[in-house]
Amino acid sequence: MLADTVRSFLEATVEMDSVREASLARGAIHRPAWEGLAELGVVGLHIPEAYGGAGYSFVETAIVFEELGRRVVPLPLLSCVLASAAILAAGTESQKARYLPPIASGGCIASLAVFESAHDLSPLATRAVPDGDGWRLSGTKRYVTDASRAEAFVVAATTGDGVGLFFVQAGADGVTVTPTPSLDATRPLGEVALDGALVSEDAYLGGAANGEALRSALDAGVVALAQEQAGGAQRCLEISVEHAKSRFQFGRAIGSFQAVKHMCADMLVAVEHAKSAAWHAARTLEDPEESPIAVPLAKSVCSDAYVYVAGEMIQILGGLGFTWEHDAHLYFKRAKSNSLLLGSVDSHRDRLSDAIGI
Amino acid sequence: MSEPRDEAGEVGRALDTLLGTYPPGTTEPKEFWGAQFDAGLAWVDFPPGEGGLGVSPSLNELVSRRLGDADAPTWNRTANILGIGMGAGVLAAHGTREQRRRWLRPMFTMEEIWCQMFSEPGAGSDVASLATRAVRDGDEWIVNGQKTWTTLAHLATWGLLVTRTDPDQPKHRGMTYFVVDMRAEGVDVRPLHQITGEAEFNEVFFDDVRIPDDQRIDDVGAGWRVVMTTLMNERVAIGGRTVPRNSGMIGVAMETWNESGSGDVGTRRELARLWGEVEAMRLTTLRAAENMRTGVPGPEGATAKLAWASLNKEVTSFTVSMLGLEGALIPEGYTLEPTTYDTREVERVMSPQRAFLRARANSIEGGTSEIMRNILGERVLGLPGEPRVDKDLPWKDVPRG
Ligand SMILES: Cc1cc2nc3c(=O)[nH]c(=O)nc-3n(C[C@H](O)[C@H](O)[C@H](O)COP(=O)(O)OP(=O)(O)OC[C@H]3O[C@@H](n4cnc5c(N)ncnc54)[C@H](O)[C@@H]3O)c2cc1C
Repeated sequence: MLADTVRSFLEATVEMDSVREASLARGAIHRPAWEGLAELGVVGLHIPEAYGGAGYSFVETAIVFEELGRRVVPLPLLSCVLASAAILAAGTESQKARYLPPIASGGCIASLAVFESAHDLSPLATRAVPDGDGWRLSGTKRYVTDASRAEAFVVAATTGDGVGLFFVQAGADGVTVTPTPSLDATRPLGEVALDGALVSEDAYLGGAANGEALRSALDAGVVALAQEQAGGAQRCLEISVEHAKSRFQFGRAIGSFQAVKHMCADMLVAVEHAKSAAWHAARTLEDPEESPIAVPLAKSVCSDAYVYVAGEMIQILGGLGFTWEHDAHLYFKRAKSNSLLLGSVDSHRDRLSDAIGI
Repeated sequence: MSEPRDEAGEVGRALDTLLGTYPPGTTEPKEFWGAQFDAGLAWVDFPPGEGGLGVSPSLNELVSRRLGDADAPTWNRTANILGIGMGAGVLAAHGTREQRRRWLRPMFTMEEIWCQMFSEPGAGSDVASLATRAVRDGDEWIVNGQKTWTTLAHLATWGLLVTRTDPDQPKHRGMTYFVVDMRAEGVDVRPLHQITGEAEFNEVFFDDVRIPDDQRIDDVGAGWRVVMTTLMNERVAIGGRTVPRNSGMIGVAMETWNESGSGDVGTRRELARLWGEVEAMRLTTLRAAENMRTGVPGPEGATAKLAWASLNKEVTSFTVSMLGLEGALIPEGYTLEPTTYDTREVERVMSPQRAFLRARANSIEGGTSEIMRNILGERVLGLPGEPRVDKDLPWKDVPRG
């Protein structure tokens, strides 16, 4: 139901040409799609009703990501999910009541600013130092999704007692946002430089251990991405099969050549595995026993599957698949980029190794 | 009995003279290439006066090694690959002496860029199904039709063009091959942008374009024979160039690893595995070059093309992964620009991310990897071919989907 609604809405609203154009205008956002989805209540699906959301489990959000993945639309939903999951996990009642409703309604685009180095979560250099009634933040966050269109960030910084999460307005003094050209231009990344940015005491999300809250926000993001990967891979398979049926060479459909037919069959297996791993992770996200396995499993399986299937799609399309004018490159770039975001595949395999006891 | 010719010595001496008279460090590339051509060191197996010394093609390896050691400019071979890598071989095997004298030198010096027009919207892997028509009119031919994916057409002076001259013949028979002036009236070149945003290739439309008959290559109806020569040269030009160890994308991968400061054992071992694959491919290419008796590459060229395509894709993808989150950026950004020489000069000027995107074409351009496997299976290993529905039908009767 939800899937059908979102799919038909996107099909009606998002022309693939507009996706390509948005990808050239760095940091652009597909406004009609974003506003429409916000109106459908999609942004706050996983946010409790008390904070302006719909109060569903993460499974509903996962369904939406699968559909979004099918169309590689430039939308800041992943960023909003990451930021809101962090606030949900770390905020006090009053902080959640203040910060979440604008995010849930789609009115405030928020993102999570965590990574500083290209290689995962090495110790954070960004520091938060108490200053009067508030905190001063200094450091540079990199690879922040949708940085240049976000109005607020949840920033991870060391406080002296470990990791602290802070709610920072993008327009605050001492905050400078710089877009960086992204491989996947439909999901622009950027830098957020904090130069002694002053935030109030209330901006320090003080409801829970922030290190764990950060982990759970990133896990929610990984699950959302995994769904997007599975949905994207599924769409790549469909594009490939359609082409293999209709393109003729040597007097026959290219799909009649076993080389092409077998490629499609192998892609199908990869897509099915990706869907299974992604769904399993979405269903068990709240399960403390299973999610330490299911989350890194999803990252590992879905990343490989999407990169592989998107690559094979280009191969099946031939010269056409290499052109800017065709959609294939949008999927291919999204696939590679997703495999690198929110923890490398290798780092997730390390987590998985720990979780399965090897 | 005359002394056996000391071919290696001859080439060595010609190289000494060239490098002594035109020190690569202080000579303009164009002047150097002209001198290299005049010294017979462009393609040593070509006849004297046509860029060669009439010696064994295996000695081309010696030339590229010595020029590499001397840091001489060799990027004309990449920047004008469709001329130097393919057109030259075609002219050597099928051209007339006049044609070679007219075209080879400015090709080698890059004064004239070449492009290759085989593919059409309906004829990619199945080149022989092409539909661009050429009709004879006295001493000229009149060409109509469309080509696509034409690399560098926007910079080219000359194009290798294959056309259909007899639609009633089975498809492999009714084709004729020409060299066409890309600036001739009725030739319309429109850019096509690719995955990187750059427009390296083009669509080319022919509207009553006139080609003099003296620009025909080989006989009327013999086009397929010339196409095969071109494609075999292309495969070698793309995948089979002899290169120094650690060059190309594996070198970039090694630098990336060394700069990352990572001590990850799994990554290092994977890099070593890829290095080994690339090195085995390099040694295979060297062995093939040493064994090459004639200047005309055989179907074995498909080995190099197939291996290179998949390894280049794998190595570039692995390199981007080694970059971690930095791999999710592309320093050049995306702009819809036509290719110029600088960007094609060498892969190394591209970021690893851009090289990763560009590499997707490797298993498509110059014949797809599936076609390479068919060639290796059927023409090299002698396995039975697939049943063919199209081979003996007149071209005009073949199903086209
Ligand atoms: C970057 C780039 C540069 C190029 N430059 C030039 C150029 O300068 N001049 C030029 O003439 N062409 C050029 N080409 C075109 C290139 O040669 C063709 O793209 C290629 O031959 C494939 O044709 P196609 O794109 O029509 O794909 P198709 O032939 O439609 O192939 C689609 C898919 O079907 C598969 N397939 C087709 N037939 C078979 C079979 N018999 N068995 C198994 N699988 C099969 C293919 O492997 C592929 O996966 C270029 C292409 C690229 C990408």
